[in-house]
Amino acid sequence: MTIRFRLNTISTLVCLLSVSLWAQASPGDIAKQGLGDDVAPCSSCHGAHGQGNKAAGFPRLAGLGAPYLEAQLNDFASGARENAVMKPIANALSADQRRAMARYYSQLRSEPSQASTGQSENPPETGARLAEHGRWADDIPACVQCHGPAGVGVGEHFPALAGQPAAYLEGQLRAWRNGKRPGGPMGLMASIAAKLDESDIKPVAQYFAAQSPTSAKGGGS
Amino acid sequence: MSSRIPLLTVAVSFAMLAAVIFWVGTRDQSTPTQAPAKTANAAPADRDDTTESATKSEDVAVSGNAASEKSERLGDAAPPATASAAADFAPPARNEIPDDEFGAMVRKGRDIFTDTQTHAGRFVGNDLQCANCHLDEGRRPDSAPLWAAWAMYPAYRGKNKHVNDFAERIQGCFRYSMNGTPPPRGDEVLVALESYAYWLASGAPVAKDLAGRGYPELDAPEQPPSFSRGKQVFADHCALCHGSDGQGQRAADGSLAFPPLWGPRSYNWGAGMHRVNTAAGFIKANMPLGAATLSDQQAWDVAQFIDSQERPQDPRFTGSVSETAKQYHGEHSMYGKTVNGVVLGQDAPPSGTTANVNQK
Ligand code: HEC
Ligand code: HEC
Ligand code: HEC
Ligand code: HEC
Repeated sequence: MTIRFRLNTISTLVCLLSVSLWAQASPGDIAKQGLGDDVAPCSSCHGAHGQGNKAAGFPRLAGLGAPYLEAQLNDFASGARENAVMKPIANALSADQRRAMARYYSQLRSEPSQASTGQSENPPETGARLAEHGRWADDIPACVQCHGPAGVGVGEHFPALAGQPAAYLEGQLRAWRNGKRPGGPMGLMASIAAKLDESDIKPVAQYFAAQSPTSAKGGGS
Repeated sequence: MSSRIPLLTVAVSFAMLAAVIFWVGTRDQSTPTQAPAKTANAAPADRDDTTESATKSEDVAVSGNAASEKSERLGDAAPPATASAAADFAPPARNEIPDDEFGAMVRKGRDIFTDTQTHAGRFVGNDLQCANCHLDEGRRPDSAPLWAAWAMYPAYRGKNKHVNDFAERIQGCFRYSMNGTPPPRGDEVLVALESYAYWLASGAPVAKDLAGRGYPELDAPEQPPSFSRGKQVFADHCALCHGSDGQGQRAADGSLAFPPLWGPRSYNWGAGMHRVNTAAGFIKANMPLGAATLSDQQAWDVAQFIDSQERPQDPRFTGSVSETAKQYHGEHSMYGKTVNGVVLGQDAPPSGTTANVNQK
């Protein structure tokens, strides 16, 4: 404990010796260089600025709430959120490192993922209708009521959907319907996903994928 | 260091491949294995005991027709909700607003209703929109929908002790719920809102108390509503959205996502929602958003809690809280009562301050 603390202090002071200190790797280092043999650099999939990779379907992390991101990493690690790629990565990080990574990405500015211009072909109108008005006859509020206008996100617990890869968004809605992702705060999202029709999923995912995440000015919680 | 890079690249490409395979695997499993974890089921049962069921049975012949006509006409709109299964009227679909002069006024009214701050900001003194309390753009049954209100005016209102037409009713909303200044008679804001309500009520039976009007009236709670139990309900079921301080939350673009429930930017001490029974009915039918599952007792308790918080002064304030309470506030109002050692209304911010904190 004291040794680690001392190492920590020294490394901060000396500032450049850090290459050998894997255990002390900063979140920025882990993001860019990974951690040992088990963790590939986050940036290789989630992008150098956490902007995600639309073509490959990797989600944007930049600017999402820290408590949200941390909960996701913890759920990947425990297996409650099932994902074969993220599970070993989340498991190789300590709880403290998961928290630090969450904070790191929450503070990055959201930048549009590369493919975002190519992707904005006309999203189907049914998707827009569900996203902007919901379907109250089935007790489904408008998605934007919780995820903000165009899905820019609200506070720390309602993640931005704007500009996320359509395949990723679809995958999440299906994961809830198949019990492969925990319900999240108050079980709200799981209950909404359960009320959707199968035919809702693709259009609403395409709608949010086509929105610009940069209409988010950041801050604003 | 440099020797690690190719290794990493290999590892990463394997991982990516795994990701793709994983997706292909999950993509087609579309069958929901979870039953909808639902919800507003208790509401209809409770409601059947109230006066509404009497209304319903009087209209059997009419309502059957109206309902089937409706579901055809709505086309894309979904089948009637559990909550509104009993409704004997449904408003026209959104995309049916006519493309003429009248339609333009209807659209204007809808925009004022859903974004009052932007389209009628000069008459608004808090952060609310009409649609915050009249959900789904004033369409949702049990959320005081406009289509059910339209044909009920002119009507006598005990609140101001005379017959009110629809315009005057709306003026009241601006004064109390919106903590603002009523638009003068003939103002385009009123005309547009009237047009929108009139259009929503297209084809509705006239002068009839339609099922789904207003907020549901809950039976008196088993135990008297409790501030401390309500505080717990609030922490468990409301704070996520409305904030632990009840002041709401803004989206990342600065617009208001979750409205404030008390404090200087919420409805004032003269608004209908400040009455515990009204708030309890609203909450029971509509909150938490999309998951209205509270018991009657929980709804009463949390209504007691939010309506025991300070908010803008009653615009009818006489200069004395006890006087104002005696003159205007009945048994379901906490105004003038002492909670946690403080007389509610005493520290109220002035009513009718203008919207300035708003557009970021
Ligand atoms: C090999 C590619 C890959 C690498 C490397 C990777 N991720 Fe992921 N990540 C994914 C995929 C794929 C998903 C989507 C999982 C799903 O569909 O549930 C994901 C999802 C996430 C999520 C959930 C996002 C959300 O919106 O819910 C977080 C948080 C996350 N990753 C963090 C990290 C961190 C931190 C690292 C580095 C320590 C990392 N990832 C490295 C591929 C990767
Ligand atoms: C009542 C509030 C609410 C509404 C309405 C809502 N959501 Fe959500 N949504 C949430 C919450 C809370 C989360 C975070 C869940 C978690 O922490 O696991 C979420 C997460 C999501 C995610 C996962 C994002 C990610 O990065 O992994 C998707 C996709 C999503 N919602 C889509 C939708 C769609 C589509 C709609 C409209 C049909 C919708 N939501 C409506 C509350 C809501
Ligand atoms: C803070 C919540 C709130 C806001 C904001 C609000 N109202 Fe209301 N409104 C109510 C309540 C409470 C009632 C009374 C319903 C009852 O007693 O059942 C009501 C009643 C009405 C009625 C009469 C309904 C009927 O069936 O008789 C109309 C019309 C109306 N409001 C229009 C508006 C308009 C227009 C606005 C915006 C300018 C607005 N309201 C803003 C809470 C609100
Ligand atoms: C998932 C987010 C969410 C939760 C949880 C939630 N609300 Fe709301 N609430 C909203 C939204 C959004 C509105 C505005 C509705 C609209 O515009 O359609 C609202 C409106 C209201 C209003 C009327 C507007 C105002 O500001 O006075 C009251 C009262 C209210 N909520 C009380 C509650 C209570 C009490 C709870 C807990 C039992 C609760 N809410 C839980 C999202 C939420």
